[in-house]
Amino acid sequence: MPAITETREQVEKLGQSSYKWGFETDIEMDVAPKGLNEETIRLISARKEEPEWLLEWRLAAYKAWLTMTEPSWAKVVYPPIDYQDAHYYAAPRKKPGPKSLDEVDPELLRTYEKLGIPLHEQALLAGVEVPEGEEARLPVAVDAVFDSVSVATTFRKTLSEAGVIFSPISEAVRDHPDLVRKYLGSVVPAGDNFYAALNSAVFTDGSFVFVPKGVRCPMELSTYFRINARNTGQFERTLIIVEDGASVSYLEGCTAPMRDENQLHAAVVELVAMEDATIKYSTVQNWYPGDENGLGGIYNFVTKRGACRGARSKISWTQVETGSAITWKYPSCILQGEGSVGEFYSVAVTNNHQQADTGTKMIHIGRNTRSTIIAKTISAGKSDSTYRGLVRMLPKASNARNFTQCDSLLIGDQCGAHTVPYIENRNMSARIEHEATTSKISEDQMFYCRQRGLSQEDAVGLIVNGFCKDVLKELPMEFAVEAQKLLQISLEGSVG
Amino acid sequence: MTDLLKISGLHASIDADGKPKEILRGVDLVIPPGEVHAIMGPNGCGKSTLSYVLAGREEYDVTSGSVTFMGRDLLDMEPEERAAAGLFLAFQSPVELPGVNNANFLRTAVNAVRRARGEAELDAVGFLKAVRAATKNLSMSDDMLKRSVNVGFSGGEKKRNEVLQMTMLQPTLAILDETDSGLDVDALRIVAEGVKNLRSPKFSALVITHHQRLLDYLGPDRIHVMARGRIVRSGGPELAKQIDAEGYASFLAEAA
Repeated sequence: MPAITETREQVEKLGQSSYKWGFETDIEMDVAPKGLNEETIRLISARKEEPEWLLEWRLAAYKAWLTMTEPSWAKVVYPPIDYQDAHYYAAPRKKPGPKSLDEVDPELLRTYEKLGIPLHEQALLAGVEVPEGEEARLPVAVDAVFDSVSVATTFRKTLSEAGVIFSPISEAVRDHPDLVRKYLGSVVPAGDNFYAALNSAVFTDGSFVFVPKGVRCPMELSTYFRINARNTGQFERTLIIVEDGASVSYLEGCTAPMRDENQLHAAVVELVAMEDATIKYSTVQNWYPGDENGLGGIYNFVTKRGACRGARSKISWTQVETGSAITWKYPSCILQGEGSVGEFYSVAVTNNHQQADTGTKMIHIGRNTRSTIIAKTISAGKSDSTYRGLVRMLPKASNARNFTQCDSLLIGDQCGAHTVPYIENRNMSARIEHEATTSKISEDQMFYCRQRGLSQEDAVGLIVNGFCKDVLKELPMEFAVEAQKLLQISLEGSVG
Repeated sequence: MTDLLKISGLHASIDADGKPKEILRGVDLVIPPGEVHAIMGPNGCGKSTLSYVLAGREEYDVTSGSVTFMGRDLLDMEPEERAAAGLFLAFQSPVELPGVNNANFLRTAVNAVRRARGEAELDAVGFLKAVRAATKNLSMSDDMLKRSVNVGFSGGEKKRNEVLQMTMLQPTLAILDETDSGLDVDALRIVAEGVKNLRSPKFSALVITHHQRLLDYLGPDRIHVMARGRIVRSGGPELAKQIDAEGYASFLAEAA
């Protein structure tokens, strides 16, 4: 049975607004004392056996962070965060970075199994015993990050034969210091914004991907982030570099246990695409959203940015955001190379008391650069969702083009959906199009579906998936199916 | 044999500017299994309201009366339960579902109903086979299955799509709410054939129409004339011909 079918049945059994991924793994942890200070940073750096330059980089970021204030322009409301009241490092007590899967704590393997993330290459590779009616899963290389460390990375051998480096970033610091040093912070500088500075100071793990010249990465890469420990923030850092004419498709997924407290997740993702390179970055974000009264949930404050450095390079962000109590996230593209292409496809779902302020920035620097933004916002319950996007055409961006489409769908009458587009054009030959719609699921549509035998929840699921079709079709096939189901689960209890 | 559908003294109203407006004023109607009945009547007499109330639309408030369907209290059932029990409504204005693939919608509906009826779900191959056969009978192109439900469909295509859904869902009682309206002669014939193909001892239909032509195709067992929220006269097929010739004036006088 695919994980997602199991998920649905389990959710149905438990009743409404149950979060299937909300279990906690009981495992012995190595946890840094609470608090954020130079000591903490030195401890993280020491635990990871980092070189001096990286420690200095972290400390500089920390100093910058001390002078910065939390941004307040987003349309989200939450009590002040006490940054001293959290742990900044938590790792399963076992040497990080096991050589093979056999060394991974079986408890961890079970956790990922429960989450539907198979870490057994064997099982994946064999892939023969596919239950009837199910499609065979293609092998996907997985980097599993548990709290502050990567616990397993699969298919590294197959990938390295193709010349692709896929490893935890903490290992890349040791094994490929020149590459990391060259690119780390080159797209999102340490002092870029409050959360990026915080991340730069205390980031713990994340993925590192390097695809050399002319190589098409032979399989999908994915990272699975899991917050488990209590009172712990997760600060992962991902860096993807794709050289001339190379390409990669990368997917990240995220879940966390159900807790009454709010937990902070402040990630930084940097992408670099050289000439004719293509990066497809997909996210299915399903952090614990809090309960139906708005208690608990993850604060998801994320900086994601890609640089299209080379001519004709392409970066495509696709995100399905269903989780988190608060989402603050604007995956962006810096379109520097001539004729480079940026894409942003987004579905953001909020239910109950969730708040999301998400969108993108398309910075057109080079000539003939193109960008497409398709953002679908779905609000239900008492939630509030905002699309916030910037399209900036710089003076040299001759003949640059942007097309933006923002559609909002409201379910019920106590939620909100907002669209805040910023357009700055400094080149008269640039063309910018913006379309926006707001709609509700109509009584007619619901009745029509129910008359054909669909339950209310199935009807909402079908209509919502139809609404999101343009974005979901951008996801890698098998993730699209899971995303569809996830949308439906996220909206359970939103009608009737 | 028990009646398939029995409507007794049905009163229903709708909220109009905060005040209830009564539309059904004591409808009595019985449909035995395997029969095709037609309801005719002037605009605004409550024909569509009756179909909505039977299908379970929530905007209508049933103030008194009862409806039993296959021995069950129909009014106590959710719309999807009524569908699963075998009640189908072909909409006068089929609803558009943007982005929802027509074939996917149909398969989801068919399997929801099959599940509720305790039947095995159709897999992709079985479904495709069944739907191909049905579309062929209705002269529908495969293209219509790939498009979004009713989006950009012509009037005739929408009606054919309704008949396709009906064919696939295998109802025991189909209510056709002016399924013939806005159809040209050829489309009307195709739609009528689609309904006729379903005729069996296990299939009944309640056909709401203004036109003799559809009834000529279907050969109804009974004709009911509705006026001012009630059935004012019932009779054999000859009643439809009388209406065609004389209009509703005499029936309205009866209802007054």
